[in-house]
Amino acid sequence: MTSLNILAQEADEPVDPGGPWWDWAFAWDILPDMLLAFLQYTLVVTVTGTIIAAVLGLIIAILIMVLPKPLAWIVRWASNFIRMTPIVVQLILLFWGFLWLDALTIGIVVFGVHYATYMAEVYRAGIESVPQGQWEATTALSMNPVRTWRKVVIPQALRSTIPSLGNYAISMFKDTPFLYAIGVTEMVTLAVGEIGGTTFRYNEAVTIAGLIFLAASYPTAILINRLEKRLAYAH
Amino acid sequence: MDWLENQREYFGSLSNFSDRLLDGLWTTIQLALLGGALAFVIAIVLGIVAGSPRLWLRGPARVLIEFFRGISLLVLLFWMVYVLPLFWMANPDLPGEELVRNSFLIGVVALGINYGAYGAEAVRASLTTVPNSQWEATTALSMSWLHKMRRVVFPQAWALMLPSLTNLWVHLLKGSAIVYILPGVNDLTFELNNLRRPTDIWFSHALIGLVTYFILALILTLFMHALEARAKHKLGRGPSLKQILTPDPPTAVPDSAGDPASTAAGTDSKSGGAR
Repeated sequence: MTSLNILAQEADEPVDPGGPWWDWAFAWDILPDMLLAFLQYTLVVTVTGTIIAAVLGLIIAILIMVLPKPLAWIVRWASNFIRMTPIVVQLILLFWGFLWLDALTIGIVVFGVHYATYMAEVYRAGIESVPQGQWEATTALSMNPVRTWRKVVIPQALRSTIPSLGNYAISMFKDTPFLYAIGVTEMVTLAVGEIGGTTFRYNEAVTIAGLIFLAASYPTAILINRLEKRLAYAH
Repeated sequence: MDWLENQREYFGSLSNFSDRLLDGLWTTIQLALLGGALAFVIAIVLGIVAGSPRLWLRGPARVLIEFFRGISLLVLLFWMVYVLPLFWMANPDLPGEELVRNSFLIGVVALGINYGAYGAEAVRASLTTVPNSQWEATTALSMSWLHKMRRVVFPQAWALMLPSLTNLWVHLLKGSAIVYILPGVNDLTFELNNLRRPTDIWFSHALIGLVTYFILALILTLFMHALEARAKHKLGRGPSLKQILTPDPPTAVPDSAGDPASTAAGTDSKSGGAR
């Protein structure tokens, strides 16, 4: 934990830093640090969290469909509960509950599990869109359930869910600054907590953080849009 | 068993602070309602403008939508807290400084702008889903733009956009939790975190927070589902609210949650609009 000093602190009143409104030299100075924080934390959390969400979401979706009624009901409402409560509160809860765990690990787990509950809904819709005839065919061929899911249902269900997974990855990416609440020095925490907090120059740091977010999320969104159209066309 | 005993004590001591928690809850509700109202207005206006055939209208609207969707909520908040006041520091004569210094207002505006931009995409998408023949019919009847929007196109799009708006409103409620970092916005998360800080007791506080947010989200969802049922009924596509609420409904309730197509459309509304 490098940044306990800014841990869950409320923002202070802004102070006039003096000097020019926008200082190019200063902006150039802090850019490498911010990009490093972006790669080291923001991207790591997004990628790992997305992988967890993709796998765990599928497990949740299948569990809800195959478990006996009361158990499935429990899983479904647990999933709803996680989905409908704020990530920030979940982060704070787990952070203070598991103080021996690294804040970054907690962040990855919370983001992964939270978005897994979203992905579970997407997968459920995808699984339900597999035609009834496919299920009947597997019965006719006397396939066992594992084989049915692995070879017939999941491959068909997953195709249409890829764009949603991408969209949720972007969503998660834009939510990563919430890690500020548990003091992970990702890009925005670095910009506000360390750069802004020590120099009182917030303008450059916060603006650069916003631009990096835009520059990373907008092209990805366009790519996903293309992919979605392509999948819809091929279908 | 020790742990359970402790928890009972913690919950008991929390009830001593129920006034503060209720104040915090009220702030959270205000954030969700005011932020939601602002987001709604922005979504409708930007969504309609972004669907306009005229480029000089559509272009700026699209830029605004993509900008405020692509920038993270927290970045927007920090920018409004730290960078916006610099304009007033540089020019002390500028009016409205108290507004920029009002953290609660900043929270509402940031939530409204961010989620309004997401909503605009949903509004635009559902307007384009209204069949072309409907648009053509209004032209054939030489309806004015306002008339055709109000009477023909919008009511149909309204039923389509409601599931996405429901999701976005829940997102906004959840997003409002981060506003606690602003000075002077004492919402539920702030109060719970504040009560936790000197004690290191976390489970009871967090559980109360999570359950409260969950109940709020459920209430929002139920309210929006009622609106959706009403919108569908007005289009002649389902039973009225009254029929749904009577204990023995004459027809099956068309539950949007069970319909895979509408669920798929609804769930990715936040990231959505990719369609």
